[in-house]
Amino acid sequence: MSFLEPNAFSYLTVSVIMFALGIIGVMTRRNGIVVFMCIELMLNAVNLSLVAFSKMHHLNPLNPADPTTGATGSMLVFFVMCVAAAEAVVGLSVIIALFRNKLDIDINNVNIFKW
Amino acid sequence: MLQTILFWIFAIIGIAGAIGLIFNKSAVYSALSLILNFFSLAGLYLSLSAEFLAAIQILVYAGAIMVLFLFVIMLLNVQDEQGVLKFDPRQGIAFLIGLAFIGEMLFVFKDFAGTSLSGSFAFGQVEAVGRELMTRYLFPFEMISVILIAALIGAIVVARKHSYH
Repeated sequence: MSFLEPNAFSYLTVSVIMFALGIIGVMTRRNGIVVFMCIELMLNAVNLSLVAFSKMHHLNPLNPADPTTGATGSMLVFFVMCVAAAEAVVGLSVIIALFRNKLDIDINNVNIFKW
Repeated sequence: MLQTILFWIFAIIGIAGAIGLIFNKSAVYSALSLILNFFSLAGLYLSLSAEFLAAIQILVYAGAIMVLFLFVIMLLNVQDEQGVLKFDPRQGIAFLIGLAFIGEMLFVFKDFAGTSLSGSFAFGQVEAVGRELMTRYLFPFEMISVILIAALIGAIVVARKHSYH
């Protein structure tokens, strides 16, 4: 059973696979909202690797002897989540504005900036 | 032992959710697959004894952000996307790039294969996070509120119906 025990590499593998699936989704899908959801998936994959690294190093600056509550990596994840929430709001409003103007969110048809 | 069970269950469910996100024709099904992925990520955070982040993940992502996504999908009445599972040379290139990325990153991370994460499975993160937020990260914490206000105003300005022209 010991080979089933997850180490740092296991968590990083899951994170990398999720990030690669997000990349594939961004490049293959044409629906603007789905592309946006794939970007959210990539952000979350990176968050998972940050939490795994945080657990790996057990950093607690207030009490170095305390091995359980490493909060420094969690702070970075917390701020990433806040910025991702702001990004989701702005991106979805851009999609709504796009739909108002073109009645379509297929990103292959969005080329109004093309010269 | 508990960490092992949690990891394998939630890793498989999470990757299945991610695959469902990129292979569903309907945007609503894609969003529901992404919610599944977010819940399993919360489970993975829990197995890393980061219970504060697990709660925030469910509250913010699976709760707030995905409800916003579903609202926008149902508001815009988007059609199902054709050609999601049909083979296309450009999609083949995208898959090759994704596989190359996986191989490259696993090659970089292979030195971590011996690093064990099975430490004490204790819950005490909320207290530590609260202390950090109010002491060392107080200024970034306040800046987050500025960012959220800016995003709120920006979203209203961008998405409102323009009465001129």
